[in-house]
Amino acid sequence: MNKEKVIFAFFIVLAMTLNFGFFLGEIDNADHHNVYEFYAALVVSMICTVLKFGDRTHLGALMLATSLVADLQLVVVAIIWGYAEQISTTGMDAHMMASVVSLAGGALLANVISVILLVVETVLVRR
Amino acid sequence: MNNVFYILMRRLRMPLITLIVVYSVSVLGFVLIPGMDDQGQVYRMDFFHAFYFVSFMGSTIGFGEIPYAFTSGQRMWAMLTIYSTVIAWLYGIGSMLSIFQDPAFSRLLRRRRFAAQVAALNQPFYLVCGYGVTGGIVVRKLAQRDIRCVVVDIEEAQIDALQMDNLPMPMPCLAADASLPDVLDDAGLQHEKCIGILALTNRDNVNLAIAIASKLLMPKRMVICRTESDVTTANLDSFGTDLVVDPFQTYAEYLALSVQAPYTHLVYDWLLNPSHRPLSSAYQRTRGRWIICGYGRFGRALCSRLIHDEVELIVVDDDPPEHNGLSEQIHGIGTEACTLRAAGVEDAVGIVAGTGNDADNLSIMMTARELNPRLLTVVRQNVHANRLVFQNSRSDFIMEPGRIIANRIMAQIKTPLLPVFLTLMLERYDDVWAHTLLNRMSSVVGNQELDSWAYTLDEEQTPALMLALAEGKPLKLSLFLKDPRDRQQSLKAFPLLLRRGETLMPLPGELTLLEQGDEILFCGLSRAAGRMDWTVSNYNVLHYVLTGSDDSNNLLARWLHRRENRG
Repeated sequence: MNKEKVIFAFFIVLAMTLNFGFFLGEIDNADHHNVYEFYAALVVSMICTVLKFGDRTHLGALMLATSLVADLQLVVVAIIWGYAEQISTTGMDAHMMASVVSLAGGALLANVISVILLVVETVLVRR
Repeated sequence: MNNVFYILMRRLRMPLITLIVVYSVSVLGFVLIPGMDDQGQVYRMDFFHAFYFVSFMGSTIGFGEIPYAFTSGQRMWAMLTIYSTVIAWLYGIGSMLSIFQDPAFSRLLRRRRFAAQVAALNQPFYLVCGYGVTGGIVVRKLAQRDIRCVVVDIEEAQIDALQMDNLPMPMPCLAADASLPDVLDDAGLQHEKCIGILALTNRDNVNLAIAIASKLLMPKRMVICRTESDVTTANLDSFGTDLVVDPFQTYAEYLALSVQAPYTHLVYDWLLNPSHRPLSSAYQRTRGRWIICGYGRFGRALCSRLIHDEVELIVVDDDPPEHNGLSEQIHGIGTEACTLRAAGVEDAVGIVAGTGNDADNLSIMMTARELNPRLLTVVRQNVHANRLVFQNSRSDFIMEPGRIIANRIMAQIKTPLLPVFLTLMLERYDDVWAHTLLNRMSSVVGNQELDSWAYTLDEEQTPALMLALAEGKPLKLSLFLKDPRDRQQSLKAFPLLLRRGETLMPLPGELTLLEQGDEILFCGLSRAAGRMDWTVSNYNVLHYVLTGSDDSNNLLARWLHRRENRG
């Protein structure tokens, strides 16, 4: 067992599960989407990105790319959320919530691809 | 490809993760800890404000407690997070700085910068491997001629020396092993602007590796190589190296020439060496007994050159005669008077101090001169740092390998016509012819450096002449020699050789008519070369030189001139 591999896989899968948990629920219902869960998803996703730094293989480059996509989507979600709560006059309405959740759904897709790549790598390396 | 970037990323993994964790925990703490608003109600900070607060706190800006004054609980958390964020930042910045100071990393950076500099070169350049004595002279001479070089040397100290040398233009340089093909590739071996590769390191094996690599990758490119053994010379010649310079052979040839034909030797010397020997040195007697001290590479080369002539050779060497394969040999180093007397120094004409030790060589020369003051002395200098002593030794010839190779290579680089002329002179002409030529050279340059340069009559080198030829004007060779400032004066130069197709015309007359494609070799002061450039590339100047009228040659002037003629 390789400790580094465990940590790596742990964070990648955790990023996906947290993201999935946040995405679950009615798309425009703010009660179904927990802000803390979103926060955890964002932080774990960022840690994932840093963990993927410096891998020179082709697969490594793909993993980094998917992670960057997830980060980008989640950061945009955070900005929209902050805008809705603090700046917008209407507050967090159904419309805003829908766009937040749909963007998080995009990030989820990127995270899923990331996990698939992880599985592919594991299968290729059979050790 | 992006080595540097990957290393940076990998080394920064830990600091970045620490930073993210510390920030996220701090933000979470502020969201979870209850605060109090100005009405005394319980207030929970949201993520937006928490992130705002941690951002300015972490960077130690400190805008104060927002949006409401903190409770004691919040203050305690803030205290903790202030220290942890500052430590996280210090850790991150510290590791970044340590990466930049890491020698391996900075070597990588320098290599990348060097490769980028070379790739960006858009002028023709030479790739010089080895910046020792030879490399230093060649690079400096090339720089004077506005030709760029890319320098690779294995010693960091030599590269530093290059940067301190105050060359007129910046030269990309790298401290690396030039025998590695990827280093050569970074240094522009396959660059389209690279004119030639000069392998001048002091190790034959490295030079061989450079020559082979460049001949394999770029078969058409000129390769000039220095070597010190016959085996390597044969090896280099076998795969078509353009010029192989062996300092010992070259110098032996040069010395032998001075014995056989003193004036031809002087012409050769004037054309090749920047500081030439005085005309009077040709009157010295050179035929008779020569003593050669040291039967190493130099001694052997010299013996094989001189053995054909009317000279008696006495070899003085430390090794037993059987080892050297000589029937007659005086045993000893040559530094003692008794050994030299045994060799017959009193009635010898010359002595060659050619051992591998500088102190021995100087001692041999001093002792010999004491015994016979009229002796011609040739002394071999092995270490460049001893230059001052050797220069003041009043020896007739100083043989310094680095300088010899540099001069020979510069002759090749200046113009390929010069070696052609020298071979022609050695094959076809006698010493009397050389004496006349020498007098002419002497009247042109006096004691200054005799430079040589060549023109090919084509669009690139002589656009003005091509224009005039296209107009059908007959052009004589004499136009080159008129001063473009005042055509009554002539430039301090004269033509040495004209090559037209296969025919070679040495010392062509001034009335020779020029044709397209002619190659002309000139010698004279380098000042004259600059003036000549003017004549051949500027049509107006050429017009003045040919006719004496310095009208401007624009459209208006031509139109007016035509009207004038008509009227």
